Amino acid sequence: MTATPGSTAANARPIPLRLARAPRRFLRAALPGVSLVLVLVGIASLNPRAVSYFGLNLMLNLGIPVALATIAQMFVITVNDLDLSIGTFVSFVACVAATFLRDSPVLGGTILLGGVAVYALLGAVTYLRNVPSIVVTLGMSFVWQGLAILVLPKPGGKVPVWLHGLMGYHTPYVPFPIVAALAIAAAVHAGLMRTSYGAILRGSGGNSGAIGRAGWSLLKTKMVMFALAGVFGVFSGLALIGLTTSADANIGKGYTLLSIAGVILGGGEFTGGRVSPVGAVVGALTLTLAGTLLNFMHISPDWQVGAQGAILIVVLAARALINRTGGRDP
Amino acid sequence: MPELPGQIVRLDRVEKHFGAVRALAGVDFAVHAGECVGLVGHNGAGKSTLMHILAGTLGPDGGKVLVAGEARRGYGVVMAQQLGIRCVFQELSLCPNLTVAENARVLHPSITGWGWRRRAARLIGGKLDEIFPGHGIEADAVVSDLPIAKRQMVEVARAFTLSRSPLHLVILDEPTSSLDGHTAGQLLAHVRRTVATGVSCILISHLLGEILDYSDRIVVMRDGKVVAADCAARFDRELLVTAMGGATAGKMQAAEPSPATRRTTRPRVRARPARQRDGLELVAHEGEVVGFAGLSGHGQTDLLLAIFKAASRRMPGIEVTEPVALIAGDRQSDGIFPLWSIVGNVGVSSMPALRRSFLLSPELEDQLAERWQKRIQIRTPDLRNNILSLSGGNQQKALFARALGCEAKILLMDDPMRGVDVGTKREVYRLIRNEANAGRTFLWYTTEMEELENCDHVYVFRNGSIVADLPRGELSEERVIHSSFEESA
Amino acid sequence: MKLTGGLRPVARPWIWSYLGALSVWLAAIVFTRGHGAGGMLTAGLALAVFSVITGVAQMFVITLGPGNVDLSLPANIGLASAVAMKVMGGADAMVAVGLLAALASGTGIGLANYLFIRLLRIPPIIATLSASFIIQSAGIAYGRGLQVKPPPGFAAFTSAQFAGIPLLAMGTLLFTIAGGIVLHRTIYGRSVLAIGQNPRAAWLAGIAVERTRCITYVLSGALGGICGALLAGYFRGSSLEIGDEYLLASIALVVIGGTSVSGGNANVAGLWGAALFLVLLLTMLNTFGVSAGIRFVVTGFVIIGVIIAAGGSRMPR
Repeated sequence: MTATPGSTAANARPIPLRLARAPRRFLRAALPGVSLVLVLVGIASLNPRAVSYFGLNLMLNLGIPVALATIAQMFVITVNDLDLSIGTFVSFVACVAATFLRDSPVLGGTILLGGVAVYALLGAVTYLRNVPSIVVTLGMSFVWQGLAILVLPKPGGKVPVWLHGLMGYHTPYVPFPIVAALAIAAAVHAGLMRTSYGAILRGSGGNSGAIGRAGWSLLKTKMVMFALAGVFGVFSGLALIGLTTSADANIGKGYTLLSIAGVILGGGEFTGGRVSPVGAVVGALTLTLAGTLLNFMHISPDWQVGAQGAILIVVLAARALINRTGGRDP
Repeated sequence: MPELPGQIVRLDRVEKHFGAVRALAGVDFAVHAGECVGLVGHNGAGKSTLMHILAGTLGPDGGKVLVAGEARRGYGVVMAQQLGIRCVFQELSLCPNLTVAENARVLHPSITGWGWRRRAARLIGGKLDEIFPGHGIEADAVVSDLPIAKRQMVEVARAFTLSRSPLHLVILDEPTSSLDGHTAGQLLAHVRRTVATGVSCILISHLLGEILDYSDRIVVMRDGKVVAADCAARFDRELLVTAMGGATAGKMQAAEPSPATRRTTRPRVRARPARQRDGLELVAHEGEVVGFAGLSGHGQTDLLLAIFKAASRRMPGIEVTEPVALIAGDRQSDGIFPLWSIVGNVGVSSMPALRRSFLLSPELEDQLAERWQKRIQIRTPDLRNNILSLSGGNQQKALFARALGCEAKILLMDDPMRGVDVGTKREVYRLIRNEANAGRTFLWYTTEMEELENCDHVYVFRNGSIVADLPRGELSEERVIHSSFEESA
Repeated sequence: MKLTGGLRPVARPWIWSYLGALSVWLAAIVFTRGHGAGGMLTAGLALAVFSVITGVAQMFVITLGPGNVDLSLPANIGLASAVAMKVMGGADAMVAVGLLAALASGTGIGLANYLFIRLLRIPPIIATLSASFIIQSAGIAYGRGLQVKPPPGFAAFTSAQFAGIPLLAMGTLLFTIAGGIVLHRTIYGRSVLAIGQNPRAAWLAGIAVERTRCITYVLSGALGGICGALLAGYFRGSSLEIGDEYLLASIALVVIGGTSVSGGNANVAGLWGAALFLVLLLTMLNTFGVSAGIRFVVTGFVIIGVIIAAGGSRMPR
């Protein structure tokens, strides 16, 4: 049971006060960080050399596109929807980047902007026709997959030089992926959690009726959130191709499930507009590192995906446990 | 009618219908600048409909809405907002996932740009300090972490905040329902201070003391009409109760004579509300019709649902000895299956008995529905029509047929006659009495006073617990209203 | 609260899926000048069988109402195909045992899905998603380096025909008829329909909501298991990717077949129309020599077009 907020707690300092009020929130907020630290500690104890500049660079590199895709998914989840097409969209973006964007930056850029516009349109459609986003995005996953195959029928293509240069950049002292992850988390946190319109966007996931009654357009919030998902989907595809240097039409296949898992692992909820950009990035990195940890533990790569599922279930179980024992809704 | 210069808002012969029910029957109502209007009435008097029309969440079916002396066409939420009319709804309209400051921002589009969080925090924090000194609410606390009382404080304070949007009228619907006596006092004192600055308030409360002490003028509603309106000083508690209950606040007429004393057999239902502090508990015997009275939302439905649950698993403080069935009042959300025919809707609770070998028999289903159509006259050319083809009253009859057609001995009724026409009501009352005489037990939550006349025993609820236990002989409208409204704030 | 006036559009146009299938078939006949029209139908029926089985599974789940969907079907099918082939070990004598093993594997997965949903209180989408991660790995670990061919008798059975109609298609037709009876004429089926329309009203009407949900997820798992075994027989060997296309296919079938994605209204007959339509459409595009990319794009737009045309009801979440 929680300590009942009362006169005795009122004199305490602010942080402990909030802790006493919402131990559940605190525990849950700590969960993603704790899982990341556990995985890192596991890696460090098995292979101390891995925790070095180059080791971290290598291990976390692929975490960046995953983190970006996770952020994209997070925007959609904030407004109580789900995007089952983000993985194929990332593939599509990678294919466009490896072909059009390299050969003709203007045309390539226009195509990618078109992708974002399609996302905004999807937001409008799900709101206006009130159709379930999973079915619409499921259909879109076919469309993006097909377009990716049309753009790049065989694996290949070549990354634009500047993109490869950007992703291969070596920052001093701190490995680039860590800097990038921090930058992504900070930027999205600032935009979604700290701006005045960000509050409206999150509020529309929490109590859309209240936001509508206060005179805000719910169509606009939905479209903005889907468009943002499209933007970060583009970023994710670009980051991915920047690392792999060549693309194929299935390159982002696993990202749909990974991104959902990342959001949830990062403390987000499926409904109610409760998400955390920082948590989502941490969740994505944890899922990426889990594979490395299994490698070091000499567990066959067969179980990589399974481990991600198991982590997800363990975290959800821990959360269910916290919900039951950590305190009740006041 | 001559315009008073200080009139904030005026309703001219406003009407509102919900199906067959006339919620507002030509209401004239006005609020002047700098006054606090107390609005009282028993269930169904029309006060919450009136409030929704003022707030713009419902449009009137007839009559005019005048704000600042001008008739407003297409008056809605956004216009109300722009004209400075705000409403604190009983159902909380904060976003639970946002902080207190962010929720304040939702109401004020002008709070934006650099430092908006600080400004929003200062705005709501300042108002909270002003209304509830020592409130202990931080502006960056997430609303879902706050206990219900503090959420209500935030909601009320938010309605009084001032930025670039104007503020002329604040409608407070049961603003003190979750507050303790001290904070309620702080809020009401603030209402008086605000009124002194020229902003007006409408105060709706079931605490007559609050209304009498803090309003300038009191408007009493009954049956969708304003039945009394005068200076607060001209009213006292007795007068208010009489006005709410109408002219005939005497003893009720028994529909049929019923046993004066309760049976001594083992009761079928024994239940104590979760929030009951004293020893009162509900008891219902075989063949009894037991009424749940009091203002709506004071724990009647919760107790019915608890009894419903107790029939299938153990619940603390509740004992149920026979199978139960529930007749929903909110047909759309708790009752009907909108894709099914009348037959399907009637038979759904009796499925085990409608089988031949393993499969449900359409023949048996039809027979059941036809049997009940004859008994309670569901008016339809064909029982295979979709349930939504029926009028509201006939849909309700189908729900009665569903519950009475199954083998339940205890029937829980969650205010099922809402929005049902008089003819249907009479038919159903007779049916209930017949079924009770045949040995069934009815637990009947009703918001309509005259329906209590059909009960053998009545429990009055207030704030989630039973506050009065009235046998048939002691039942009167006055007693019910007295018990429903608390003595003092 | 808003009162919904009048009737909802009652008869969803599932008949269109049959008309679609027919017109696609006719177009293909015209294109090929009548050559191979029968063969195309036979091949179409054979392939449609697997979509229909998964479609039935998904239909029961989706009919439970918003948020209900079984994302673990592909992984389930992949694992079951491996289990069936390994247990059969290429011997005709073990066919029944292998089928039972696949059924058991699927049933277990269905039960696990339900337990995740119930115990962890997580939405079915995420429960079945996390389960599918684990099943995938189990499948990889279990079926590694496994190239077991199906027993010859079983393989022959899965592609046997009678008068140009695949035997499996006949069996599946009987199965779908039984599915329709279960849905409309048993307490379980009615409970699914009631819960899908309004879970609260269903609970208040005395329906065993949790038991119905449990049975539905177990049923979906079991059907996935059977489908996996049959697929392995038909394609002459198991593979983990064997079920991949059936997640999207099963949902697409449900949507195109006229089942309401907001729950409570299911249509078994429409599944066949939708399956034939999709299979024939793809076959036709193939005969036109259209690239795989176009095929995907067309499929996607068909699904989106149908769902947007059907629209949704304003249901509070």
